Amino acid sequence: MAGEKAAAEKKPAEKKPAQKKAGEKKPSQKEGGEKKKVKRHHASRNPVLARGIGRYSRSAMYARKALYKRKYTAPETKIEKKKKEKPRATITKPVGGDKNGGSRVVKIRKMPRYYPTEDVPRKLLSHGKKPFCEHKRRLRTSITPGTVLILLTGRHRGKRVVFLKQLDTGLLLVTGPLAINRVPLRRAHQKFVIATSTKVDISGVKIPKHLTDAYFKKKRLRKPKHQEGEIFDTEKEKYELTEQRKTDQKAVDSQILARIKKVPQLRGYLHSTFSLSNGVYPHKLVF
Amino acid sequence: MVFKRFVEIGRVAFISFGPHAGKLVAIVDVIDQNRALVDGPCSGVRRQAMPFKCMQLTDFVLKFPHSARQKCVRLAWEKENINEKWAATRWAKKIEAREKKAKMTDFDRYKVMKAKKMRNRIIKHEMKKLEKMASKKGKKPKLEKAPKSEKAPKAEKAPKPEKAQKAQK
Repeated sequence: MAGEKAAAEKKPAEKKPAQKKAGEKKPSQKEGGEKKKVKRHHASRNPVLARGIGRYSRSAMYARKALYKRKYTAPETKIEKKKKEKPRATITKPVGGDKNGGSRVVKIRKMPRYYPTEDVPRKLLSHGKKPFCEHKRRLRTSITPGTVLILLTGRHRGKRVVFLKQLDTGLLLVTGPLAINRVPLRRAHQKFVIATSTKVDISGVKIPKHLTDAYFKKKRLRKPKHQEGEIFDTEKEKYELTEQRKTDQKAVDSQILARIKKVPQLRGYLHSTFSLSNGVYPHKLVF
Repeated sequence: MVFKRFVEIGRVAFISFGPHAGKLVAIVDVIDQNRALVDGPCSGVRRQAMPFKCMQLTDFVLKFPHSARQKCVRLAWEKENINEKWAATRWAKKIEAREKKAKMTDFDRYKVMKAKKMRNRIIKHEMKKLEKMASKKGKKPKLEKAPKSEKAPKAEKAPKPEKAQKAQK
């Protein structure tokens, strides 16, 4: 019994230095290669008895995981930094109007001016309701960069247009090109567009990165200093062409026109408009 | 109304509807008033019974005895070269043209429209020339000029179907 015990003790004892050596070798090799490597994680030290029930208690697990050895604290910042990080509570402003001159101290974050008599009821938890900016953007597989699209709505309805890329909001960036059918760099909605199977090779075309949704968004002035009467006139109704739009249009179109010229009759195709006539049924047409 | 195509052993038929629509088969035997035993070794139709209603008779007849096995039917079919003969018929060409037209993309339709327009312009131009001659100069020069200008629209007709074929490709 004693002999076996001694033998058993020797074996783990032998194993330990062996492991230690192996362990030492590994970090030394690793340090030679990379300084910090993620340590291999041990499997769960708490075997499962039944679902949700472990063999060992919290305190036993504390000991088993050797958490008494693993106590980390965040490095303490300097007191000076802490003092700086405190946001300004008050601001001093000059006194104007009647009692001119001098200064007064004003709080930046003021106390609420109204407390509701009833507390706001707790909202029920909802799941998966994302705001528009987080929605998944999909693109039909038939629409790839360089596809010729037929616009169905808007002032350019019926015109055939070249697709460039999909923007962040999901709208499609599209161009005539302007010289062919007077469609500028513009956004189009995927749903209101027919994708034809004709594709222009746009592989090397570089589209400037500042062409985003914010670039194309309609601008609206809202400064109702005048009361009634003139409000409807001051808002921008007419669209004004800026020089930046012209330069961007040229930059993109010059590249695309070169590629369009290579395909015979494509230029005339883009110049033409799409229409239905007697005996033409869209569900039977192959686009 | 004299009938020219008869249901007989060896008659090649075109299947108009059903799972084997568009394929050619040979009638091997008649089962009853409505069905025939049919085989299409060179067109991918297994030997089976088929109702007459879905068959449309063609002009081709093969020579083999009734209930001949598939090997014999195949030999007869290949000897007569039915596949090539069929492709040369107007019937098959019309079918092919119809299929191509249905497959036309938007761009192809545009190209065809342009080709047709150009052709019609040429024809109109020549016609106007002829009419002018006829109205101005009388009968003598009309005989001389007519064959020359008729050749021109025929020459232009040839490039138009070629263009259409290119567009369909």
